[in-house]
Amino acid sequence: MQSIVFWLLAIVSIAAALSVVSARNVFRAALALVLCFVTVAGLYITLNADFLAAVQVLIYVGGIAVLIVLAIMLTREIQRGSQSNRLRIPAFLLAGLFFAVVAFALVNTGWKISTDDPLVPTTPALASRLIGPDGFILTVEIAAALLLAAVLGAIVLVREK
Amino acid sequence: MVTFDLVFPAWQFKGLPPDWPGGFWWHFIVFSIIILAFVLTLVIMFIWFERRTLGRMQARMGPNRVGPFGLLQAMADAIKVMLKEDIVPNGADKLVHLLAPLVAFVPVLMVFAVMPFQDGAALVNLNIGVLYVMAVSSISTLGIFMAGWGSNNKYTLISAMRDVASVVSYEIPVVLSLAGIVLLAGSLSLNDIVRSQAQSVPFVLLQPLGFIVFFLGGMAEINRSPFDLLEADSEIVAGFHTEYSGMKFALFYLAEYAEALVLSTLVATFFLGGWGGPLLPPWLWLIVKSWAVFFVLVWIRATVPRVRIDQLMTFSWKFLFPLALLNLVVTAVEVVAWPEALPVLLIPVNIAVGAVLVILLSRNFKPGGSQVEA
Repeated sequence: MQSIVFWLLAIVSIAAALSVVSARNVFRAALALVLCFVTVAGLYITLNADFLAAVQVLIYVGGIAVLIVLAIMLTREIQRGSQSNRLRIPAFLLAGLFFAVVAFALVNTGWKISTDDPLVPTTPALASRLIGPDGFILTVEIAAALLLAAVLGAIVLVREK
Repeated sequence: MVTFDLVFPAWQFKGLPPDWPGGFWWHFIVFSIIILAFVLTLVIMFIWFERRTLGRMQARMGPNRVGPFGLLQAMADAIKVMLKEDIVPNGADKLVHLLAPLVAFVPVLMVFAVMPFQDGAALVNLNIGVLYVMAVSSISTLGIFMAGWGSNNKYTLISAMRDVASVVSYEIPVVLSLAGIVLLAGSLSLNDIVRSQAQSVPFVLLQPLGFIVFFLGGMAEINRSPFDLLEADSEIVAGFHTEYSGMKFALFYLAEYAEALVLSTLVATFFLGGWGGPLLPPWLWLIVKSWAVFFVLVWIRATVPRVRIDQLMTFSWKFLFPLALLNLVVTAVEVVAWPEALPVLLIPVNIAVGAVLVILLSRNFKPGGSQVEA
């Protein structure tokens, strides 16, 4: 059961990811990206990371994908499809090299496999790791400050004089 | 060994009878059928109820020819729409045009997977229920987008643009208003939220501000009148479903009322005590409460004229958003400072705080005063 679901999700997500880069129509590429996000959320569920799966759908599908689609809608001359240029072959080589390095690292790492039962429910454990005593509260606060700075920067950039 | 059973412990419910078929698939099949029947029946009843009530409020009859009191009108409309020709406009993106109604409707149905019909009786009792509801319901925006883009029509595109503006802005106050409830209940599971309301009082009394923000924000998110800018008939024909006919149009129509049903049942579950109540069976309480919420939706539709796009934006960012934030802060302070406080004490405090904040904010709130380029 587990492996059937995994292979189904893996095949769909890789096919979706391939069509993101190969589709001529940018709007369809964005929709394929959404499909890819959803299947990744499905993979999280098979790994018992239910919170992560819900957040993946909430942020990537509900937020980022919607903004990407909006940006595409606001772009002119979109019907011509995605443009290509002379950097095609170097980009392909670089991507291939990156893939080879990542694949090599993945295969040659001795992964630790936990034999414990997964945590149910996951949210209290996550919360106490993040914001409990001796958790990662400093990191969370730094990330929040960074996001605030980004929002303020965006406001300053678009403000009318 | 990691299995699905750990993620979806579907049969660990107390409200189900002991001879309930324990298998995962049996539970899945039975509850899928229950949810489908629940949604389709109530949607058809809601359509009839809305048309009749609107008719009464506007001093006219409403549908009254098909069946007793016009009860079968929605059925007749469904048959009519199914017999119509399916038209796809020239130059439309055919695949996107075909998939759009499905993408709009399926997530709405998926929300009901975590809806408890009585104590523990749900398809799955996810312990991240609230998050799941918010995540899944945000997907159906994409369906409206796909319809707007795939139809190759400028009016549908304008409608889709308006939809993203409203969804992106109203998502924030809606999620923040639910955070107060999660703090009070101490759980993200919908069933636990209802159970903790059964132990104390319905959360509408403890969270009056959260109730207002969630109700109004939810109305904007499901594009109910007066926030139905994306179907503004006087400006952009019929909005995103201008180019749809036949069964595809019926799916959009179904999705629209199913979203209203989702909002009604969610308000009933989060704020009005869900299945909890005396005498009547729990599932009937849920339906009665949802129906009452839906009546208010119809009432508002018959009363308030449609807002402009700048009013829509201002209302979210300058009114609902600060209210939701303040509500979250007040609730957090209360939960930390008086964790054992009696609801009798907290109810008047919270209602007073809510009333003061609403009056203060509405003093400084001018719906038409700002400039919005959209």
